[in-house]
Amino acid sequence: MARDVARRLRSWEGLLFVCVLVALALNITQVSNYLTVTNQVNLFQLGIEKAIVCLIMTFVIVNGDIDLSVASMMGLSAALVAYLFEHGWSFPLALLVALAVGLGFGIIAGYFVAVLGLSSLAVTLAGYIGYRGLAEVLVQDNSVSGFPTWFTDLGQQGLIGKVTFSIILFFALAAIATVILHFSGFGRLAYVIGNSKEVARFSGVSVVQTKLAIFAISGFISALAGILITARLGAVRASTAQGYELDIITVVLLGGVSIFGGVGSMVGVLLSIYLVLNIRNGLVIAGVTGNIQTGIIGLLLILSVLLPNLAGRVQDRLRRGQTDPGARVPPAGPAEPSPSQTAVG
Amino acid sequence: MSDALLRRIRPEQFREVILLIVTIGLLIFFWTQIPNYFNPRSMNRLTTGIPIPLVVAVGQVLVVLTRNIDLSVSSVVGLSAYVVGTLLEDHHGMPWALAVALCILLGLVLGAINGTIVAYGGVPAVITTLGTLALYRVVLVEISDAKTVTAAKLPTWLTGVPSKNVFSVREYDLRLLVAVALVVAVCGQLVLRYLPFGRRLFAIGSNPDAARVAGLPAKRDVFLAFTLCGGLAGLAGFLWIVRFGNITVAAAQGLELQVVAAVVVGGVNIFGGSGSMIGALMGVLLIEILQQSLLRWQGVNEFVKDAILGLLILIAVTADAIILGRLREMWVRTRRRDRARELATSPAPVPEGAAHGT
Repeated sequence: MARDVARRLRSWEGLLFVCVLVALALNITQVSNYLTVTNQVNLFQLGIEKAIVCLIMTFVIVNGDIDLSVASMMGLSAALVAYLFEHGWSFPLALLVALAVGLGFGIIAGYFVAVLGLSSLAVTLAGYIGYRGLAEVLVQDNSVSGFPTWFTDLGQQGLIGKVTFSIILFFALAAIATVILHFSGFGRLAYVIGNSKEVARFSGVSVVQTKLAIFAISGFISALAGILITARLGAVRASTAQGYELDIITVVLLGGVSIFGGVGSMVGVLLSIYLVLNIRNGLVIAGVTGNIQTGIIGLLLILSVLLPNLAGRVQDRLRRGQTDPGARVPPAGPAEPSPSQTAVG
Repeated sequence: MSDALLRRIRPEQFREVILLIVTIGLLIFFWTQIPNYFNPRSMNRLTTGIPIPLVVAVGQVLVVLTRNIDLSVSSVVGLSAYVVGTLLEDHHGMPWALAVALCILLGLVLGAINGTIVAYGGVPAVITTLGTLALYRVVLVEISDAKTVTAAKLPTWLTGVPSKNVFSVREYDLRLLVAVALVVAVCGQLVLRYLPFGRRLFAIGSNPDAARVAGLPAKRDVFLAFTLCGGLAGLAGFLWIVRFGNITVAAAQGLELQVVAAVVVGGVNIFGGSGSMIGALMGVLLIEILQQSLLRWQGVNEFVKDAILGLLILIAVTADAIILGRLREMWVRTRRRDRARELATSPAPVPEGAAHGT
């Protein structure tokens, strides 16, 4: 069974890799010197905040939960920075407050999910609405700009050569996330809990601490991403980062992370990040509007869960046909989840 | 909590009682804060805000009962309102029944797409409807070509509908649209209460695996719940045309949040398996009262609306998990004690299996 899953995983990442190559090839034929540093930096810059949040979202979903509130938290942290800046706070202090609020709300959400045992869907839905509401209270219908130049420079200009601070941070965090998810005890716990919370608890795994930590970090990273987008755009509205959760969840699921928890790899997610960046870029070159792009992302979201489900079902049927055509074994396994099962355990 | 009370009502019914008390408390609070709070004009404005979220909430309850969620309803409302609104602009002679039927039909189709992907494709409802929330809106933006439906171009019979009354007591009116929505909610409650389909929704939501093992057509029922939810959102689309007349591509955006909040606040368990249309109605009412009264209350700006919605969901879900869990325990204990006393006093032989039954 484990080998079976591993093989399917490997083939999923192989498939992603081929898709990346195809998307790259198409982009290269359309744009001369596509693979130059400048072009690649521009490519990453456009979605760098989402990419950073994808890293922690991978942990959340592997762990068997979901966090719908990330984009609203990005908006709240941006709004908070803008509000404090307008009210004459020292700028670094404003940034620290935004990060602390992100961490604090993350801990609160984690407390509700891990300790009180509420569904992460319900809790983060409340955050999704509530954080955006707080951002609206803080910024109202204004657009705040005029931030210190060192801050906007950090978001817009290269730190090492042309590579910006955000991109360096993304690659550093990606390396850390990969090590933690695949080579540390904490990462293994996330998989164990994602596979079965009950089994994990009975095996003496600290389910509460792990879940709490993941949600706390999710809040913190989202707040950080909100600060980064403020630096890059140089202006904040109450609607900053609105709708980003669609992209973020799509990228993670497209990366082969199972929405039912316990399955997925960071390599897949990283490939998926690069793939979606290239797809978006290719669509822009082809003159496709932002609206249609959103539609394509929405379609990708559904297909990235639907297709593996259907493929698994076909595979199951074939295998059953080979071994014993008479036996009617009830279908089981991650490839065929029950119809009314939700994303949360 | 006295035993006598626990013998009378089930824990789930406490939720509705508590909600009623909160609503009344809220009305009293705003009455003390806002001069002339209960004047007819404001009360009529309050009730006319109810039909659209209520009709959508009735559909949402069907879905949430099965341990699913439909986030795409706002796009369904917007799309059906826009499509049929455009048709009405061009065909003034279209009978109203046909317009309503078209709205519902469009909603049913969109809901059936959700239902197929969730029930037969095995994709979780959050993922599916997060995707279709975006997709249906994208379709709307594409077909609209950046044009809007304007009230001036709609047939004249439509514009009179919102102010039609069923009856009025002094100057307090029961508007036609409100009455329609209430009828929908009552029908929904009857379906849940008395039809096998309604009872099965509870069974599926309480324990999907048990429902399947027991041979209930779980997939079909989940599919039907989503389809009906879409149909009701389509009907709400018609109410949208009637109420607002002007329809942009952003019509009904964000409505899904208000509806999900109302349903959860109204005591429909997000884990499925418990809830009622009465609760949903009270949730819609509570949120409408809060939103409209806050606007009239000095010192509060309009921007706190969403922050309060988020807080309400959190309170409702937490109260559900903590308080109701405890109440349910007390209820079961009381029942057991009664049963034990009954057995001890009655000389009749203990019937088979009675010791396990609660």
